Amino acid sequence: MTGRKHVLSILVENKPGVLTRIAGLFARRGFNIDTLTVGPTDDDQISRVTLTVDGALHPIDQVTKQLHKLINVLKIRDLEPADTVARELALFKVAADGTARAEVLQICEIFRGKVVDVGKRSIIIEITGTTDKVAAFERMVRPFGLIEMMRTGEIAIARGRQET
Amino acid sequence: MRAVDAVMECLKAEGVEVVFGLPGGANIPTYDALYDAGIRHVLVRHEAGGGHAAEGYAKATGRVGVSLGTSGPGATNLITPIVDAMMDSVPVVFITGQVRTELLGTDGFQEADVMGMTMPGVKHSIMITHPTEIPRALHEAFYLARTGRPGPVVVDIPTDLSRVDIPYEPVTDVRLPGYQPNTEGNTKQIRQAAKALAAARRPVIYAGGGVVNANASEELRALVRADRFPCTCTLMGLGAFPAPDPQWLGMLGMHGTRAANYAMDEADLICCVGARFDDRITGKLSEFAPRAKFIHIDIDPAEISKNIPAHIPIVGDCKSVLAKLVEEYRALDADSGRLDEWNGRIEEWKTRYPLRYDDSEGTEIKPQRLIQAVYEATGGDAIITSDVGQHQMWTAQYYDFPEPRRWINSGGLGTMGFGLPAAMGAAIGCPDKTVVCISGDGSIQMNAQELATCAQEGIPVKVVISNNGYLGMVRQWQELFWDRRYSQVDLGQFPDFVKLAEAYGCHGVRLTDKTTLVDDLKAAFAVPGPVVVDARVTAEENVYPMIAPGAAARDMVG
Repeated sequence: MTGRKHVLSILVENKPGVLTRIAGLFARRGFNIDTLTVGPTDDDQISRVTLTVDGALHPIDQVTKQLHKLINVLKIRDLEPADTVARELALFKVAADGTARAEVLQICEIFRGKVVDVGKRSIIIEITGTTDKVAAFERMVRPFGLIEMMRTGEIAIARGRQET
Repeated sequence: MRAVDAVMECLKAEGVEVVFGLPGGANIPTYDALYDAGIRHVLVRHEAGGGHAAEGYAKATGRVGVSLGTSGPGATNLITPIVDAMMDSVPVVFITGQVRTELLGTDGFQEADVMGMTMPGVKHSIMITHPTEIPRALHEAFYLARTGRPGPVVVDIPTDLSRVDIPYEPVTDVRLPGYQPNTEGNTKQIRQAAKALAAARRPVIYAGGGVVNANASEELRALVRADRFPCTCTLMGLGAFPAPDPQWLGMLGMHGTRAANYAMDEADLICCVGARFDDRITGKLSEFAPRAKFIHIDIDPAEISKNIPAHIPIVGDCKSVLAKLVEEYRALDADSGRLDEWNGRIEEWKTRYPLRYDDSEGTEIKPQRLIQAVYEATGGDAIITSDVGQHQMWTAQYYDFPEPRRWINSGGLGTMGFGLPAAMGAAIGCPDKTVVCISGDGSIQMNAQELATCAQEGIPVKVVISNNGYLGMVRQWQELFWDRRYSQVDLGQFPDFVKLAEAYGCHGVRLTDKTTLVDDLKAAFAVPGPVVVDARVTAEENVYPMIAPGAAARDMVG
């Protein structure tokens, strides 16, 4: 058992039911998936699942071994955070009128966010970055009134020439 | 040809000689193709019976069993055999009908999400989305079922797709990039294991169903005899090592022998071959074999260090790994004398704590005696299936299995109702063998309708019911752990099993006297066709010895 957060990058065959098999495996063992993202790869037969779990709570070995048993799973990598570039995308709808708006926009600029919608009493800001950065942004804007927030969960890729 | 005719071609190409099933609306096309396909079909009375029959066939023959069911309730009735096959690593292909594609997801008549419901309990499953996928899907299903760690594979075919004409070409290659079972075993690790065995002073070989699946019984015997290692088997492994052998410890675990469990408790090295440290073996995990290092040989990497951390893990097929291990071990030329003390100690346990029961008074049949009588009546030369409960444990304890694939029971899932249909499958797979199903009055009633199948198909299964009028194992637990509060376990010796047998067109006989038991059984077994023996046994007999659930081996009772 290792105490760190695990980012599992899983290559799977693009076939119906694969995601259910993966998610079901975690559920059966009582593992809580923190985030889960799925998308196509450069090969349309193959998809990539990026999944983060808290390894402090559970031994990760058993679950990766079980994942390997799924016929449609091609490859699993447990990415080391230090050797990994990970990003997530988030959309924040923040209450912002009058003087608050200027402050929110300033924070947005500092975080290199992008304003994607402006309404009379709210704005929507797009943030990409590490989970920590997104969380930090959330902390900054929450006092203004956070109407809604959407986060994608992480996608991750190994640094350097090595393949994820 | 029609896709369903391609299904038949695939089955023939895979060497399938018999399928077990029941038709329904969504798989009528399959049954139409079966009509003149030249494959034997056994019409069961409940899909679960068909699934278990396919398991029994697979376990007895080592070939892949095939079971058919229609959509919805047909498929849901197969879930128990599917999970049963998963738990015991039995190669079975389940082919289910599905509603027409345009009805999928609309709660159509007899629709059930078979893929969704079976997913956690299969080795793999394939939903057909285009009729041309059918040949490849079926061949993949057979390949997956029988290779690596064997298991159940479900193929779900929507009825409209099964009627479409497709071009059929035999599939000769299987391309599964995500599936590459490692069979060979790492040479370095095998050498390490041999060294550990040569250094051990109190070693035990602990073998399981994986040895039977891998047909590695010869190699297991060779390892044991390489240096007089003591050997024990799990419930699933019985027969992998011959019971009448001086190195045999008996079964281990909850109802294992004291010799086997004490040996595990005191061992300094345990070599686990094709077994998985199930909780029925280990009892309290933290106190299991506290002095031992573990060699773990298994084809499934996920089993290694799942419950017990392995000091020397070896992923591979038991047969080839054991063969290499024996070779490596022999090359070491270990000092055999180091095992004298250990074998002496084990011999002492065996003499001091034999399996025993009190049979001294009256003419009433003790259930243990019944099992021994079945052994005598068959000369030990039979395939024995069992259901689940006390009779199963007594069979494991008192029937000395000389060879693998002679003992067929539901070990992992513990499915009552398994025994009779499994016996049907075994009898069809091994027509030259006597097949006896040892059941209980509780278990047999969970699939007794298959007696009709036996009668119609002329399957000469001999069913011996150890009839104590109770759900016996639950009653035993209530007696021991629930202050004798016998809640809902009294079956009152109903129904009249002789009449039930006759109602189904089978021969029925009742036995109540221990003094003529062996001859009575011989006479019953000599009756051609299916026979039901209702043996009235002592009602409140317990299975001993026993490790209480969650207790440690050294605290065995009874």
